[in-house]
Amino acid sequence: MLLEEIEDLKKDDKGGQKKSKILQALENKDLNVQFEDALGNEMVLNMGPQHPATHGVLRLLVSLDGETVTNCVPELGYLHRGYEKLAESCSYHEFIPHTDRLDYLSPMANNVGYALAVEKLLHLDIPERGKYIRVIIAELARIQSHLLAVGALVMDIGAVTPFLWAIREREKILDLYDIICGARFTTSYTRIGGVAQDISDEALAGIRKFIDDFGENLDEMRQLVERNKIFIIRCEGIGYLSKEKCIQLGLTGPLIRACGIERDLRRSEPYLVYDQLDFRVPTYTDSDCLARYYVRVEELVESVKIIRQCLDKIPSGPHNALQSKKVLPSKDRVYTKMEELIHDFMIINFGVNPPVGESYSAIEASKGELGFYIISDGSGHPFRMKIRSPSFSNLQSLPDMMKDCMISDTVVIIGSVDPVMGEADK
Amino acid sequence: MTTERSDLIISKLKPFDVELADVNGSPGYYIPKEKVIEASGVLKNELGFNSLVDAVGVDRFTKKDRFEMIYNLVSIEHNERIFLKVRLDTRKPSMPSLSQIWESANWYEREAFDMVGIVFEDHPDLRRMYMPENFEYHPLRKDFPLMGIPESIPLPNK
Repeated sequence: MLLEEIEDLKKDDKGGQKKSKILQALENKDLNVQFEDALGNEMVLNMGPQHPATHGVLRLLVSLDGETVTNCVPELGYLHRGYEKLAESCSYHEFIPHTDRLDYLSPMANNVGYALAVEKLLHLDIPERGKYIRVIIAELARIQSHLLAVGALVMDIGAVTPFLWAIREREKILDLYDIICGARFTTSYTRIGGVAQDISDEALAGIRKFIDDFGENLDEMRQLVERNKIFIIRCEGIGYLSKEKCIQLGLTGPLIRACGIERDLRRSEPYLVYDQLDFRVPTYTDSDCLARYYVRVEELVESVKIIRQCLDKIPSGPHNALQSKKVLPSKDRVYTKMEELIHDFMIINFGVNPPVGESYSAIEASKGELGFYIISDGSGHPFRMKIRSPSFSNLQSLPDMMKDCMISDTVVIIGSVDPVMGEADK
Repeated sequence: MTTERSDLIISKLKPFDVELADVNGSPGYYIPKEKVIEASGVLKNELGFNSLVDAVGVDRFTKKDRFEMIYNLVSIEHNERIFLKVRLDTRKPSMPSLSQIWESANWYEREAFDMVGIVFEDHPDLRRMYMPENFEYHPLRKDFPLMGIPESIPLPNK
């Protein structure tokens, strides 16, 4: 496929062979003049899908005038696994492991978002302790994702040390996940109506130790980056998008907060216990790569603040909702009690059967609004499930950001958008 | 959403034969596809729904009005979310593209075209989003089998 297109490029227009649709999309229909001079010609550059700076299998077709980008067409679908089709034949519980693979850099946040969406469809409320556990893990996921986003952005510019320091901190979070749920990457920690198992005191102590140290380690990394002249020159004013354009393109997350709009679903459509917590929504007005960097770094500080409040406030009590027809019982009770064994059998084999209807629920994941639109026909598996992934929508802004920038700035812009292709391609 | 606002939205949409729907507490509005362009212009310019965050293509697999498009609209200044719904024919599902009103509809409609096979008139760039260009089917239709159709994607010749 790729080779054919490159072959197409080499051929003359009058060569007789039809151009592929992606190349037709790249061509500027108003201005299509072929110059005799070789230096005046537009050049088409194919970036990806196997390109280190694209953070995954993102493919970009870039047309260049010298070193200046004149147009850019992103091509998605290299990691398309058809999760929306798969969901239609999975029961609601069976789909939880698949949510890990959406945004694989912050799996816990996806677990929380999906569980909340199904619970909204079921009209199920979970106990306070379960809510606090979910807030803690969702914020850990935000730290985990932003650390990699910031580290990779800086590494794309050429500084490798901050990336390694960010990864060092990230590794501690993965170790904490290991204690919390027994897996480092594919966590699958939430269940419908609660979480898989209660969070242990050991894990809570580990999280407290991590956030106590984290502030200092983050400052250390920031000192290395923020006063670096190369970093500032490479980021300032690059990838600018006006406020109107950001709204028009439906952007969410750090991208829209970097252009001066204070939109954060934790504040504007509060879920879990975010309305009882004290945190700030960092906003910047410059709307360039530097502003996006600062938004992410300040969100890290706010996440630490949220986790600290949760650790102080977390109540004791049950972590799962007391609705035996909808919520999976704990395993030791399944093996010893008849009633729980029946419920476990019914939920696993026939599902939780939400009422007929439609529901949309979204959370503020690290990249933006992660939503699930679920249509239920009353059976144990969804009739249709649409995943509203933030990376997909944010990637749509790439052509506008890249217009008239230099070819070396493209990697900085992709780093500042922070796409995860597992989520964008579903 | 306050009752004043929802009454205002209903009265503004009244000339477009609006039909109310409920999306688990959030308001939804069915608009006939002939009037959807004017209705979305009113929603954006007069009622402040300036951001389109998602569009869902649905195959309901019914005899009449099999397909449906659901647009997820957000008003940032009023902090509201509504769903604009359009019913489409069974035989040839097509509707005017809303990308002239909200720019973000471009990719969402491409995805719906790829997955469900809804054709959007006057779309600036109606290509497939995820599947290869020479793929003939629309995978999220209910009559497309989960295992796929053998030989629907040609293998590269050695």
